[in-house]
Amino acid sequence: MRFPTAQAPYLAPVNSVNRIMLEVLVALTPGLAALVWQFGSGVLVQCLIALLAAELGEAAMLALRRRPVAPAIKDYSAALTAMLLAVSLPPLAPWWLTAFGTLFAIIIGKHLYGGLGYNPFNPAMVGYAVLLISFPQHMTAWLPPKELSGSALSFADAWNAIFSRTLPSGLTFDALAMATPLDTIKTQLGLNRFLDEIQTGGLFSGIGGRGWQWVNFGFLLGGLWMLKRGIIAWQIPAGFLTALFAVAMIFFLIDPAVYPTPLFQCFSGAAMLGAFFIATDPVSASTTPRGRLIYGASIGLLVFVIRSFGGYPDGVAFAVLLLNLAAPTIDHYTRPRVYGHPK
Amino acid sequence: MNLLKLWNFHGGLHLDGHKRESCTAALAVARLPERLVFPLQQRNGEDSKPVVAPGDRVLKGQVIARDESPFNPPIHASSSGIVRAMEDLPLPHPSGLSGSCIVIETDGEDAAVNFAGVADYRQCSPDELRRRIYEAGIVGLGGAAFPTSVKVAPGGNRKIDTLILNGAECEPYITCDDTLLSHYPEDVLEGAKILLHILRAERCLLAVEDDMPDALAALEQAKQRGDFGAIQLVRVPAVYPTGGEKQLIKVLTGREVPARGIPADIGIVCQNVGTAAAVYNAVALGAPLISRIVTVTGRGVKQPRNILARIGTPLADLIAQCGGYANDAERLVLGGPMMGFGVPTDDLPLTKSANCLLVADRNELIGEKRSLPCIRCGACADACPANLLPQQLYWYGRSDQIERALDYNLFDCIECGCCDVVCPSQIPLVQYFRAAKGKAVAKRREREKADHARLRFESRQARKEQEKRERAENAKRKKENLGTGKSPEILEAIERAKLRRAEKTPHPSGNGDPLDDAGHETATPPPAAANPSGSLNSD
Repeated sequence: MRFPTAQAPYLAPVNSVNRIMLEVLVALTPGLAALVWQFGSGVLVQCLIALLAAELGEAAMLALRRRPVAPAIKDYSAALTAMLLAVSLPPLAPWWLTAFGTLFAIIIGKHLYGGLGYNPFNPAMVGYAVLLISFPQHMTAWLPPKELSGSALSFADAWNAIFSRTLPSGLTFDALAMATPLDTIKTQLGLNRFLDEIQTGGLFSGIGGRGWQWVNFGFLLGGLWMLKRGIIAWQIPAGFLTALFAVAMIFFLIDPAVYPTPLFQCFSGAAMLGAFFIATDPVSASTTPRGRLIYGASIGLLVFVIRSFGGYPDGVAFAVLLLNLAAPTIDHYTRPRVYGHPK
Repeated sequence: MNLLKLWNFHGGLHLDGHKRESCTAALAVARLPERLVFPLQQRNGEDSKPVVAPGDRVLKGQVIARDESPFNPPIHASSSGIVRAMEDLPLPHPSGLSGSCIVIETDGEDAAVNFAGVADYRQCSPDELRRRIYEAGIVGLGGAAFPTSVKVAPGGNRKIDTLILNGAECEPYITCDDTLLSHYPEDVLEGAKILLHILRAERCLLAVEDDMPDALAALEQAKQRGDFGAIQLVRVPAVYPTGGEKQLIKVLTGREVPARGIPADIGIVCQNVGTAAAVYNAVALGAPLISRIVTVTGRGVKQPRNILARIGTPLADLIAQCGGYANDAERLVLGGPMMGFGVPTDDLPLTKSANCLLVADRNELIGEKRSLPCIRCGACADACPANLLPQQLYWYGRSDQIERALDYNLFDCIECGCCDVVCPSQIPLVQYFRAAKGKAVAKRREREKADHARLRFESRQARKEQEKRERAENAKRKKENLGTGKSPEILEAIERAKLRRAEKTPHPSGNGDPLDDAGHETATPPPAAANPSGSLNSD
């Protein structure tokens, strides 16, 4: 009898890339549900546009690069990029904006660097940053949360608004749009008003602002589930949130008139999405245990710096991209001590 | 019973043990095969020299090949019979290569040479006992087959305080040590005492995994029957690879074997429990190592079990005695599923290092993997018992940046396979690391060769320079000798020649002619320059 030989180990692998990606997609559900609940079905339409654009872009690029298309489509990595970008966009952003951002993320952010595993930057955040810089007006036109407005657009209304820029009679985009709590603080502080005045507005209630706190709770829930499943490294969200909280606390204690509470910082904007879903993208993040702590903490710190002193109301995308740049260096200096080597 | 504080090593995996399959059936004793095959090549790759010839009759326990090297202990016939051939046959080796083997046709008598043990090992010197271990052909039975006589001679000023007996059979499927401990606990404990005596160590820690209750019970009973106070039984958690030497040392003592060092550097010698039993047999009974317990298991064999078999028995015979192949047997692995190696055929002899023969069916084990690119998730680093960063090693190994891979401690990889199993991209990491190690070794050899060549070239250049300098100096010295070493006759002759010249041509000027001085200087330099050492001395 002849037997085939191969090299050990012969035990079947216990995990797969597509299972990881799929579980991250599942973990997005609570946050996505909160977004839909608070900001209407537009979010879902954006997800569909982004998914379609991502898979088309992925397939086209793979075909151009003469790589097998089927396995890459099945690994859900493009789908995840699409979803992460879609949940970051204003719910009624025009369809072409979402499609452009997603294609940019997949084509430039991912495939021009060599595809899955080779992109130095988080593709979704590359797409987001390009959109924010190119189309600032569309990117800041958020909606009032349902907690405040009492109603949200139906799926059909959202569909029309996104694809043909038409709204039900009596509504205009200008009247409908509303800045996010972070944006409001940024603008109003610029007008020399103080937080206690600013936060009397209806948008501010609870810990992270109306609507937004539920979104952040949703992403936190999904993130904790991923931690439990061992899909993401705990060091990154722990470092991110601890640093953000700590530095926000310091400044809050120094001058509460212009610096919001640390809890507000952690439950507003893209804080939880960033900590658990964006910064944890393994390809572009630091890969050593200590490095991940430093990486996460640096992002948290930068988010605070950009929010408080920068030109943008939120800073997750830029903070993540900047730290993507630093990840190889961080890895180099944080190698663990190997067994049998001096302490 | 664990009075000992246990430590953790980094990483490791909880693997499905698959131990029940083989250890529920009773230990079988293998039939005497018609043919026994003994490869002359052992662990160090050198062939031992046969001391028998085709046609010779040999007895069980008789030495049939030996070598001067301490790393190549003698090879013994494991039964009586006639030496039929010396021929090249396939070896049980990962590379599938062939090598010279002695083939013995057994005569069924199983007649043995007279074994003579020592009545009391305590009366023997450690050197005498080491010699007996060497003569008995004992090598490590845990899989590495390192010669035991060398391992129990730590050398230098190394003081050994702890002997560790490794019964932590961490790889899935393998139960031969479990079986040995359950059936022959006294042999192992007696062997431990002999090893303690050789090493002059105070204590022995005998480690078994916490999923081996039968072995532990047998050991505890045996321990009560004798004087085994120096031996402590320790239950260690069944985490793969606890049975790795470095990992077990860490778990039991908290100490780490230094990189590129050996356990003896930190006062420890580690032996497999089977090796300890072999030492007992060799010393107390004088019996050489001619048989071992091997686990034959997997869904591809009908009656998985442990079997006590003679070294040299064809693997096919062992399979046949375990009910033969099941219909969908697809893969034959020597060793366990994590660190063993696939062999193409069962027409191979059982060797001392073969602890398991795993016959897998179609769905049990995998061969080639279809991998995706690395996503740097770090699951490999979390699982690595050496605390390496396999994702970085892979990155550098793949892009042929061997120097960087070495900088990331490529050679600290023990090839346990943990990273491979947890990788979500299903990359055959260990294969990459083996290949990278091979490249690194080849590169080092190349560099050494280049260094050697450069050294030769440089020394040749230097030699030529030196010769040239010496030649020039010789010529110079000759010239000087012409000028300074003037005998009275020569001086007279010069004077005569001057006179003659003076007579022929009238004097243009006085004695202070600068031309005359210059001409004088080129012909005979001043004494100081001719004798530099003299000028130095004058200072």
